[in-house]
Amino acid sequence: MAERSFKEEIAKLRLGEGETFTGEGILAITKALLENGVGYVGGYQGAPISHLMDVLADAEELLGELGVRYEANANEAAAAAMLAASVHYPIRGAVTFKGSVGVNVASDALANLASSGVTGGALVIVGEDYGEGSSIMQERTHAFAMKSQFWLLDPRPNLPCIVKAVGDGFELSEATNTPVMLMVRIRSCHVTGTFATKDNRRPTLSVRDALSAPRSDFARVVLPPMSFAHEQDKIRTRWPAAERFIRERGLNEVFGPKEAPVGIVVQGGHYNGLIRALQRLGLADIFGETQVPIYVLNVTYPLVASEFLEFCEGKGEVLVVEEGQPEFIEQMLSTHLYRAGSPVRLRGKDVFPMAGEYTGQVMLDAVGRFLREAAPKLLPAVALAPNAPGPVIPDLSKTVPIRPPGFCTGCPERPIFAAMKLVEKELGKHQISADIGCHLFASLPPFEIGGATMGYGLGPAANAAFDGGGERRPVSIIGDGGFWHNGLSSSFTNMAFNKSDGVAIVVDNYYSAATGGQDIMSSRAENPTKATKHPIAKALNGVGITWVRQVDRTYDVRRMRDVIREALTTDAKGPKVIVASSECMLNRQRREKPLRTQAIREGRRVEAPRFGVDEAVCTGDHACIRLSGCPSLSLKKLDDPLRDDPVASIDPSCVGCGNCGEVADAAVLCPSFYRADVVHNPAPWEARWAGWRARVIGWLQARRRARRLNFEGVA
Amino acid sequence: MTVQEPVTAADPRLGGIIKLAVLAVGGQGGGVLTGWIEDLARANGYAAQATSVAGVAQRTGATVYYVEMCPVTDRAPVFSLMPAAGDVDVLIAAEMMEAGRAILRGFVTPDRTTLVASTHRALAVSEKMVPGDGIASSDEVRAAAEVAARRIVMADFEAIAGANGSVISASLFGGLAASGALPFPREAFEAAIRAGGKGIEGSLRAFGAAYEAALAAPLAVEAPAVQPAIGAGPTHLRGEWERLLARVRRMPEPVAEMAGAGLRKVVDFQDLRYGAEYLDRLEAIVARDDAGRGHLLSREVAKHLANAMAYDDVIRVADLKTRDSRFRRIAGEMGAQEGRLLHLTEFMHPRAEEIVGLFPAPLGARLEGSARAMRLLGRVFARGRRLRTDRLPSFLLLHALGGLKDWRRRTLRHGREVAHREAWLALALGQQDYDLAVEVIRCRRLIKGYSDTHARGLSKFDRVLEALPLLKGRPDAAEWLRRLREAALKDEAGKALDDALRTVRSFA
Repeated sequence: MAERSFKEEIAKLRLGEGETFTGEGILAITKALLENGVGYVGGYQGAPISHLMDVLADAEELLGELGVRYEANANEAAAAAMLAASVHYPIRGAVTFKGSVGVNVASDALANLASSGVTGGALVIVGEDYGEGSSIMQERTHAFAMKSQFWLLDPRPNLPCIVKAVGDGFELSEATNTPVMLMVRIRSCHVTGTFATKDNRRPTLSVRDALSAPRSDFARVVLPPMSFAHEQDKIRTRWPAAERFIRERGLNEVFGPKEAPVGIVVQGGHYNGLIRALQRLGLADIFGETQVPIYVLNVTYPLVASEFLEFCEGKGEVLVVEEGQPEFIEQMLSTHLYRAGSPVRLRGKDVFPMAGEYTGQVMLDAVGRFLREAAPKLLPAVALAPNAPGPVIPDLSKTVPIRPPGFCTGCPERPIFAAMKLVEKELGKHQISADIGCHLFASLPPFEIGGATMGYGLGPAANAAFDGGGERRPVSIIGDGGFWHNGLSSSFTNMAFNKSDGVAIVVDNYYSAATGGQDIMSSRAENPTKATKHPIAKALNGVGITWVRQVDRTYDVRRMRDVIREALTTDAKGPKVIVASSECMLNRQRREKPLRTQAIREGRRVEAPRFGVDEAVCTGDHACIRLSGCPSLSLKKLDDPLRDDPVASIDPSCVGCGNCGEVADAAVLCPSFYRADVVHNPAPWEARWAGWRARVIGWLQARRRARRLNFEGVA
Repeated sequence: MTVQEPVTAADPRLGGIIKLAVLAVGGQGGGVLTGWIEDLARANGYAAQATSVAGVAQRTGATVYYVEMCPVTDRAPVFSLMPAAGDVDVLIAAEMMEAGRAILRGFVTPDRTTLVASTHRALAVSEKMVPGDGIASSDEVRAAAEVAARRIVMADFEAIAGANGSVISASLFGGLAASGALPFPREAFEAAIRAGGKGIEGSLRAFGAAYEAALAAPLAVEAPAVQPAIGAGPTHLRGEWERLLARVRRMPEPVAEMAGAGLRKVVDFQDLRYGAEYLDRLEAIVARDDAGRGHLLSREVAKHLANAMAYDDVIRVADLKTRDSRFRRIAGEMGAQEGRLLHLTEFMHPRAEEIVGLFPAPLGARLEGSARAMRLLGRVFARGRRLRTDRLPSFLLLHALGGLKDWRRRTLRHGREVAHREAWLALALGQQDYDLAVEVIRCRRLIKGYSDTHARGLSKFDRVLEALPLLKGRPDAAEWLRRLREAALKDEAGKALDDALRTVRSFA
């Protein structure tokens, strides 16, 4: 069960001819796939296209009706490999994953696919995770298109354009026998808008039917001498075909006046940002009517030289708006100008920053500077004048704290790292490598556990150099998502085969949690279309790892600490693996909360736990927080002139996971924490017994109260 | 506040686009709020576009949502997908430091931005993990907001939501409606909530309450009035208490305020006789204090001496944990009303040191000297215990421990605390430099916590005061001691303190 359910939105996927869709970009892409007769879909989740996978999973019924096969692939390589179905069969297929990391993983399959070429349209929808909100290294997917010669679409970020790009992509792919990549950025995945829908189309040939009439052709196999022929085919046939298709179908767009001293070339995805800058400079209206000619690259690879040179004709300077580095497009366009002997001056990274996101301010500054230098007459007088100095706003850069993502309230991973921190207090600091996933938040304060991450499923592999052992064992951490993505082969068989002396901790939270809670092999959920409930420990045994400790309740900090200590100190040879299992709290609450509310309403007995801190007992040293970082464990300033430091305080968002109490106990911190379980609808005998106890306790309390001075309630 | 004319000659119709950004902390429901705003606009003849940067930042990180809208015409407007500095009309901050972040990023400007912000704090990890007080200053953000924003609507929208059984998205929506920054009437906002279909009643309640609160004049922050500490209790004790209070009232005013709180604390900790001892000690210091300095030294002694005398021992914890007022407070906070039961579990982990601390001083000291005895005690007593204080066995144990006040003065721990306290006072009062004496007194703040944390606090206290001989005679000695103390409160391991001490040694 994914974090966000699209069950309600799925109805929008059934809209037909002449109706209007209103909603998010991701959902619009899904609808466009169905309208274009896609035969199979798949992918691997990850921001910003996680929701596309969730939508597809929730739409399985509709997909079934249309004869579309949906596959939740094991990783991006598997997803890209699935497009092999379009090599021999005229079936349209689409897969999705995030860029650039997903494309890295998929690149082997993508390169083979591009070499073989396709018969049916093959579309890869890549969520480019670049700039604000990104959780990965800042790189561009663009390079992969260049090296493997597949085509890259980067449509203007509004729903009609994105939807059109899906159809264009399939046709371009079929017209050129080349896979096509449709790039969508974080914000265009989540952008809302409307478009006119068409009827959904069944695939002309379904994957099921294809199995009845299998095809093969050795000319498509990437082996010599065919592989050399493939390379020639890419350049001699497919590329010109692509240029023709792009020109004939007008995939790229030109806006603004024909005659102008300057022009701007922009990646489709940055069109809106560019228009906003021109609007603010007084050179465009709110409908995008511009006074500066704009050449919009809805296809950013290949670049059509003839089209570009025509745009440049009669212009003195042309600006390229291309985010990220290296500036592939600018380099390519420079080459085109140079080869054509053109006098046009190409500008780009000389006014734009080479690295980093093109924010509103960056766009305004760079476009403004370009126009002031290249065509000052175009600009209205006011835009040329220096801005009137505004009031000086106090600098808050030292005040506002950074707020990186962290573990959620009640996260079962928190106690694992609290235990790890306690072990390190005993045994000293260890070499620790991490993987990709929520557990990577442990590398931030307050835990600061783990110093590097080399990629998904590669945590233990990243410690391979230390496999031979030493005075202290190397420790690696990997999530269950990473384990099944490719950790089992890349990390654990690597450890087993090389007889590693290292320790690996598998954080098993029942889901691919960081990407939105999708099911995986070891998920405990009943999933009608997927095989779940396969224990990680069994897989480890299967590859020959025998020292495996299963911890079924990570909140037991003392046990967690003891198991980690044992793994670090045992004499056992070979890899030592701890599988630390507890359900992701975000997903657990989503599952259990409605059930609990229902049970209480129906009069069934329910115990609701929550933690609290006795503020008079807490001394405000915050040691508990340094072993937790839980959002619900916060601080509060007391109204007491005698106390300088704020004391710990637990807010009502507490889910009663128990980590506070366990840590206070295991680390011998302080007696401030208490757990309060409110029993709803207690049994009659239970209530009577509790009432009797309360009377005895109340009598003792009243007696003591009567014998001393009491200050409560006095400020 | 004056309204400035825009400085660029942008398309005048650009003014027709309303740009609204929401800065929130992951998990606050920024998506729900954005959805309402979008629906509101579309239902009222506006074209609207929303975007967000969600991703992994949803896990408690800072998130941004962005909406643009303008009246519907026959042509589609081109909306931007991200807020730009200096180009935001309405900025909704779902938390005070997020308001600060918005100002820092230039999303709040005096010419145009209406700032709707919740004044509550969701503390960042970096603020919480400091051993001392690392909480960022909301006042600085407020002061900056007053300069940066064209209009401010600030209230504790989190509290308003909570009081109405809803979440902050609903109350912020109320604040937005009240701000008048969007050209839609209140009813249209409420209709958007109804159209949303989930938790409508609670959301409408929070919306309404926030709407009223935002319209009301900002409440002046009143300093909490210092009330005379009046204890309820048996007549003979009250009489003695009144006599002690009279002594407090005779003290100079700045001291009296602190001494009242201090007296209450030590009497609550032990008894009236203990309170009298506290006043004896304090009065002696007041008598030789400098009125010209506003009796600063006495005031600080009043504060820190009370904290030192009311140290955290097993007896105090047991007493606090078993009071009826605590049981009532928890039942109220946890919503354990009539018909529901409350189970209470305490997490206690006494160490051998704490057990020995309860023994009479000579015996305790002897046991502490014997490693074997400590090991044995550790094995028998020192382990994590979960005590169910709503049940009789655990309650009786703690109740009995909490009643050991008459025994306390004889314990090893008490003897230790008295000796430490006296040494500290003697050290402070022995200083020639008045300011330095004050700073030595204030160093008592370093000692807090239990077990390891307490030991670390003590060692930091010792290390800071070890620098005293190095500082002797320097005109800025007090300032340096203050810096050392602040450094000691910066991190747990004492790295900042090490650095500061190195600096002191370098010039000494």
